[in-house]
Amino acid sequence: MAFTPLGSRKLLFVTGKGGVGKTTIAAGLARALADEGKSVLLIALDKRSEVGEAFGLTRLSFEPTKVDDHLSVMVLDTEAALQEYLKINLRIPIVAKLGVLANALDFLANAAPGVRELLTIGKLCYEVREKHYDIVIADAPATGHIVGYLAAPEAINSFVRVGLIRNQTDWMVDILHDPAQTGVVAVTTPEEMPILETRQLLATLATETKVAVAAAVMNRMPDIVAHGATLGAIDAIIDERPGIFGNEALRGIVTANQLAVARRREADYQFTTLREVVGGAFPIITQPNIAIVPEGSTMAREVADSLREEIA
Amino acid sequence: MTTLRESFGDCRIIVTCGPGGIGKTTSAAALATAIATNEPLRVLVLTVDPARRLADALGVPGIGNEPLDVELAGAGTLSVAMLDPQASWDALIRRQAADEETAERILQNVLYQNITRRFVQSHDYIAMERLHELVGRGQWDLIVVDTPPTRNALDFLDAPTRMADFFSSRFLKWIIAPARSSVTSLAAKPLTYMADKILGNQFLTDITEFFLLLSSLYDGFVERAREVESLLAEESTKFLIVSTPEPIPTREATFFNQELQKRSLRIGGWLVNRMLPAELNLTATATGVAVLAREEMAQVASLIGVDVATMVAARDRMVAITEEYTIVADRERAQLAALAAGDTPVFGAFTAEGEIDTLQGVTSFGQRLLSAERVLKFD
Repeated sequence: MAFTPLGSRKLLFVTGKGGVGKTTIAAGLARALADEGKSVLLIALDKRSEVGEAFGLTRLSFEPTKVDDHLSVMVLDTEAALQEYLKINLRIPIVAKLGVLANALDFLANAAPGVRELLTIGKLCYEVREKHYDIVIADAPATGHIVGYLAAPEAINSFVRVGLIRNQTDWMVDILHDPAQTGVVAVTTPEEMPILETRQLLATLATETKVAVAAAVMNRMPDIVAHGATLGAIDAIIDERPGIFGNEALRGIVTANQLAVARRREADYQFTTLREVVGGAFPIITQPNIAIVPEGSTMAREVADSLREEIA
Repeated sequence: MTTLRESFGDCRIIVTCGPGGIGKTTSAAALATAIATNEPLRVLVLTVDPARRLADALGVPGIGNEPLDVELAGAGTLSVAMLDPQASWDALIRRQAADEETAERILQNVLYQNITRRFVQSHDYIAMERLHELVGRGQWDLIVVDTPPTRNALDFLDAPTRMADFFSSRFLKWIIAPARSSVTSLAAKPLTYMADKILGNQFLTDITEFFLLLSSLYDGFVERAREVESLLAEESTKFLIVSTPEPIPTREATFFNQELQKRSLRIGGWLVNRMLPAELNLTATATGVAVLAREEMAQVASLIGVDVATMVAARDRMVAITEEYTIVADRERAQLAALAAGDTPVFGAFTAEGEIDTLQGVTSFGQRLLSAERVLKFD
């Protein structure tokens, strides 16, 4: 079954449980699509995101930093987004007095449910609408938080009945709910908890939002230990340790191989679990673990190189 | 040599914290299980997000908001509870509200439901609040708390303060002032005007009502928040930082370590989980490979009943895998030694694949954690 290529969309939210490498995948995906000649904006939604590091950038700002002609990276800062939002959408000029109001606005963003989320989504959708880039990729919040963002425009609609915000959410919803434009990329590793969280995410996305899933990425898939008869021989050795392999001097060799086999088996099992849930609804992209980045390369480049075939 | 258990000597609360995806919940459950097995203590483990597998291993049907007893043949007892943010918030509101009617009005408020259900920042506070409530019951000698896996791992520490600040903020007073008295506060005017313009007046009415209701809980909330804060600062509360030897979790845990130190909170140790086993080291691997090279593969092949070519392929693959794992293991130990140079006691632990599938496995992992010895500083 042929899937719509990831890169044909306009807005991708890359999410995953903490620790599964979603930032790395977001960076690799941005790199790979930029390499195809698309103009890409990668936006980190968390100030503490380390997405810049994947490109060897130490500092990111609200102003996009150009990695090269095709790729820019920025970090979303709620306050800056709010200022931009007020200026563009509500025609409220950036007042010097914002300093005085900053506390109040900060309070509002923290306390009024969804304001922070709405500003974030607003900025992403704004970039899509204005077509400054071919594709916008968000290094999005972790699985537990993403639905709050994706549902924000509708959540706001449910209790803001009039006012400027209300008028502003409809076009965002149009972009978010169009599977040809917007998709979630759910990053996971082939371990129990991340897979469980991914399954919960898929279920929550389906019930609480109308945002489509574009793909799942199975990150850090351990290497295949061996094939066929060779694997059989390794299995026989590590389970039974006959003859020479009972030798204490070979304990490390047996241990390492027991680990390698067990890890791959567990990973295969978890992969199957997810595949059963997904059915054929969207592709599951596998990505090996990248332990070492060669001199002169970047993590984004390494991931992009191994993602390229998978996302075509 | 100090063991991890000794480092947490007379603790009444152990808070495990660190980045997500590093086995924090499992470590918390394993520690609690092993302590309850060894010592005549009533132990509770409060988890945030337990795996189905862990619930199965502990022999409980599922882990709920109310503590459940785990059947354990040991010196002490073990209970397990999970944080259900929504249920905990509702319970908190019911407890703190002046009367039933206020409680119901808050619980029915659309803003309240949205804040507690959808917007996750509030989970950090409720986790600590729940700890306070369980401590207050006085039913346990030791509570092991697993913290929410937040990217900014310190949110839960700051949550009580933030919550108190929130309730005492001038802005909150401003925004509810018009509703409280017929004289609209002059100070609030530009704000309400702006909020009105952006959000519409119905929303403003909703939000005002919500905050007005909440403000009746003000004194109780601030007091609770302060109590939670002092609970974390108590001498018998110690933090266990959990990470893995990988670069990103290590960096996040390092940040966490610094922040805990800055706040003068007590750190009992830093557990580096998922280390590769000690027998994977450069010397042992080289010896093993040399031994293997001298062997006649035809003989080994006939022992396990495969042909020689298969045996040679298997041997080569096994050597390659071992060499890869050994390099990683070596790097991990260097990492551990580097961490041990700091003031925080560092402990390393190995987890076997599939080990936590049974209560016995969870216990033996916990025993290994308890007896892990502090990594020595090499100056």
